[in-house]
Amino acid sequence: MNRRSILAGAVLAVSLAGAGFAQDKTKVGFIYVGPIGDGGWTYEHDKGRLAVEAHFGDKVETVYQENVPEGADAERALTQMALGGASIIFTTSFGYMDPTINVAAKFPNVKFEHATGFKRADNVSTYSARFYEGRAVQGHIAGKMTKSNKIGYIGSFPIPEVVRGINSAYIHAKKVNPDVEFSVVWAYTWFDPAKEADAATALIEQGADVILQHTDSTAPHAAAEKAGNVIAFGQASDMAEYAPRPRVSSIIDNWAPYYIARVQAVMDGTWESKDTWDGIGAGMVEIGEITDAVPADVKAEAEALRDSIASGEYHPFTGPLNKQDGSVWLAEGEVADDGTLAGMNFYVEGLTGDIPN
Amino acid sequence: MLTLEKRPSPSRLWTLLTPPLAVVLTMVAGGILFAFLGKNPIEAIRTIFWDPVFGEFAFYYRGQLLVKAAPLILIAIGLSLGFRAGIWNIGAEGQYIVGAICGAGIGLAFYPTENPAIFPVMILAGALGGWAWAMIPATLKVMFGTNEILVSLMLVYVAESMLASVSSSLLRNPDGQGFPGSRNFRDYPAAHNDYLIESAGIHWGVVAAFIAVIFAYVLLARHMLGFQIRVTGQSPRAARFAGVNPSRLILFCLGTSGALAGMAGMFEVAGPAGQITIDFNSGYGFTAIIVAFLGRLHPVGILLAGLLMALTYIGGEAAQATLGLPAAAIQLLQGMLLFFLLAVDVLTNFRIRFGKTEAA
Amino acid sequence: MDLSSINPLILLASIMVASTPILLAAIGEMVVEKSGVLNLGVEGMMITGAVCGFVIAVETGSPVIGFVAAAFGGAVLSLLFGFLTQYLLSNQVATGLALTLFGLGLSALIGQGYVGIKAPVTNDVNIPLLADIPVIGRIVFQHDLMVYFSIALIAAVWAFLKFTRAGLILRAVGESHDAAHALGYQVVLIRMLAIMFGGACAGLGGAYVSLIRVPQWTEGMTSGAGWIALAIVVFASWRPWRVLLGAYLFGGVTVLQLNLQAAGTTIPVEYLSMSPYLITILVLVIMSASRSRAALGAPAALGRVFHASS
Repeated sequence: MNRRSILAGAVLAVSLAGAGFAQDKTKVGFIYVGPIGDGGWTYEHDKGRLAVEAHFGDKVETVYQENVPEGADAERALTQMALGGASIIFTTSFGYMDPTINVAAKFPNVKFEHATGFKRADNVSTYSARFYEGRAVQGHIAGKMTKSNKIGYIGSFPIPEVVRGINSAYIHAKKVNPDVEFSVVWAYTWFDPAKEADAATALIEQGADVILQHTDSTAPHAAAEKAGNVIAFGQASDMAEYAPRPRVSSIIDNWAPYYIARVQAVMDGTWESKDTWDGIGAGMVEIGEITDAVPADVKAEAEALRDSIASGEYHPFTGPLNKQDGSVWLAEGEVADDGTLAGMNFYVEGLTGDIPN
Repeated sequence: MLTLEKRPSPSRLWTLLTPPLAVVLTMVAGGILFAFLGKNPIEAIRTIFWDPVFGEFAFYYRGQLLVKAAPLILIAIGLSLGFRAGIWNIGAEGQYIVGAICGAGIGLAFYPTENPAIFPVMILAGALGGWAWAMIPATLKVMFGTNEILVSLMLVYVAESMLASVSSSLLRNPDGQGFPGSRNFRDYPAAHNDYLIESAGIHWGVVAAFIAVIFAYVLLARHMLGFQIRVTGQSPRAARFAGVNPSRLILFCLGTSGALAGMAGMFEVAGPAGQITIDFNSGYGFTAIIVAFLGRLHPVGILLAGLLMALTYIGGEAAQATLGLPAAAIQLLQGMLLFFLLAVDVLTNFRIRFGKTEAA
Repeated sequence: MDLSSINPLILLASIMVASTPILLAAIGEMVVEKSGVLNLGVEGMMITGAVCGFVIAVETGSPVIGFVAAAFGGAVLSLLFGFLTQYLLSNQVATGLALTLFGLGLSALIGQGYVGIKAPVTNDVNIPLLADIPVIGRIVFQHDLMVYFSIALIAAVWAFLKFTRAGLILRAVGESHDAAHALGYQVVLIRMLAIMFGGACAGLGGAYVSLIRVPQWTEGMTSGAGWIALAIVVFASWRPWRVLLGAYLFGGVTVLQLNLQAAGTTIPVEYLSMSPYLITILVLVIMSASRSRAALGAPAALGRVFHASS
């Protein structure tokens, strides 16, 4: 209770200070879960921040904080930025959900944008990317390209986003190659290059000749390159340094258009709370260039798949689809609803193994 | 040539003077670093060391200092007992995690009770969890002579795996749409470790930290056990003659440090952090080792060291957000501060003589 | 579950690669501890070595020069620790931990411009004749040079400690610095050399991660390998060949659990991911239970401050 009264003064001070600022510069804050040098998740968010700076020039001032642990530290970092006069703050990890909501309640005049979560408020929007759309394209290429019919998948943590990616990739690999099998290794980390390298090596040694990853380092690519006849896909960032082989394509998180649009909305006074879940169509998910290591016909099919997803004509989770236990999930022609997708915690039929829990 | 001459007893004057001296040296060296990175050094130093306590938003930061320092102090107090006796608990991070899991687990099991007894029960469960986790290296050491450094350190990683596992299964928020992470204790008033005085950042964990400081002080200064701990640290042989039972001491020191770390984890998860998540731990257990030694393993020293560490974290974050300093520069600055604190400590115990080196 | 897909010989080969970074760092730390100094800053020295090695290898195009630079970088950083603990007599545990913080920060600053760049390739050495032996040849004799170097280093350290006079002196310093001092040995100098050796080894271990095992530069990329190296020294009871055993055991279980996952075993993943740590503890317990306590092997003066005129 007394939390409100204490910060009321602060809020007042900020809105006064903010009023003075608003004339010339809009302050935009970013909270990052990793270092901007991680080459993956945080790196791409920071590219979005730099794009905001490039786009608005002198009209904005961006601030950021790296390596912010989730929990109490995140709340402090957010409060710090709000006190410091930020008009809009992007919190770029799922674990910042509750801290964002808490701090937002204390600063009603500051806009908050939380990535990958589901809690909103009048001044809190959520945004995320439909990475599974990109996974469908990867799955297609993987199914076509594999000779051993074994595809290795390095998962980070068994959470809906990762499970969704595995399902999407599997469905589309299976579609073009009924014999395909997936081996999933859970690394229990988002980022540990050495462990990712080991995981990739383990998969390759057991016959996988395509590696998909939901962890952020390029270590699996190096392992694939070393093995010779193995292909891999860039994750979060393009990882173009491993093109044309082993990296044959990639999923790129492109946050820049969204960040620019939202900052613009704050400047125009048109910002309102909403939930954004964009995919290839809106440009939030990009498919990195498919290299010549992929045969031309496969490349053309993959690009056609990409375009049909982008235009909305095809949804990667379209029935008939069964769950792993054989029960019906989606009937013929039925399309998965966003609610189920958001909380997806089951494998589709054909995948082996259990989701750890 | 400089030579060091041991003082018969540590200099009182330098004991008080060295910490500020180290801070000043850090400011100079840090200023040079920041200038090198293209930032205004004076502004950066002011943001880190001055603003959190006296600046425009100090009303907020002062409280946060305690929030950040409390778990560090609570854990470091426990560790210092063992360190004094030569018992090396490097795994407080693991005990912190297990304490948090147990404390939160008990609380969540009774969700949504309004019985006020739940909170004390959670504290107890947190302490017990941390205690039990520390008892593993303690028991192995007593029974088989297994080295406690290795066991306690390895158990940190085991605890981290457990944390990842329970936050996506056992303790997962049933209303959380399948996402990992427990319910938030903010929405569970009876079990929430809420601020007692918001502006001062005081919650039960802070109170516990202060109680621990007093408890440790009395124990070490007045109690037989404290005497035994000190003797064992200075000379294990002498301790044996003095009738110290080494096994009992190992169990006590590891158990106490585990219980305090576990409690710290529980206070954190039920309060400032609010929920169990995959990476809810943020290295307090390791940082507390530094705090313990910076405080010269003395309860009051630990209190001050904990506050100083908290200041560099909070000021450092502010410098990142306001001046765009990279997080790495802050880490570097913390490293330098520690180096200087440790280096100037030499003045407390030794006298510097100018002149010839004595023949070796 | 199809365990037949795990080929034990290929597994062995990847274990050797996976274990090399901790092996290098651990053997260095073992020498440091043998001299009576506890340096908990292994992680900081490793990450500094990783960035120095990477940057120099990229700039010169030569991984070998990169490794040399990594050893140098690690050694220079360790000098800081040596100066503080040996000359200013600071507490070793705290100084080591501070070194880790310092090294993590420093490496991130140095490496800022090197994210997302590929390292020059280190080729495997195919030892002539031996590499052609069927089965075994491929496993044991077709690695990069550093794998062999690390094993050779273990042998060298073992021989040094066991057979040379200098090794004897080093051990004497670690057992009782006062006695060694009374015998006229320069305790501080010997310890400084040991510390630098430890720093260089940690640097090599870090560079193995950034140049061969991963290979790329990202902040914090050693992700705790330095801590494991510290644990391995304890595990090994300060004996060189046991360091090899410990590192391969730990690296082995890590690789094995990933292989079991890939093979679709029914053991729950969370237990598998804990297994390297649990098995290391278990093996240590078995070893310490079957041995008399006096033989645990920690150097008697480990971590104690030495001041000559006291």
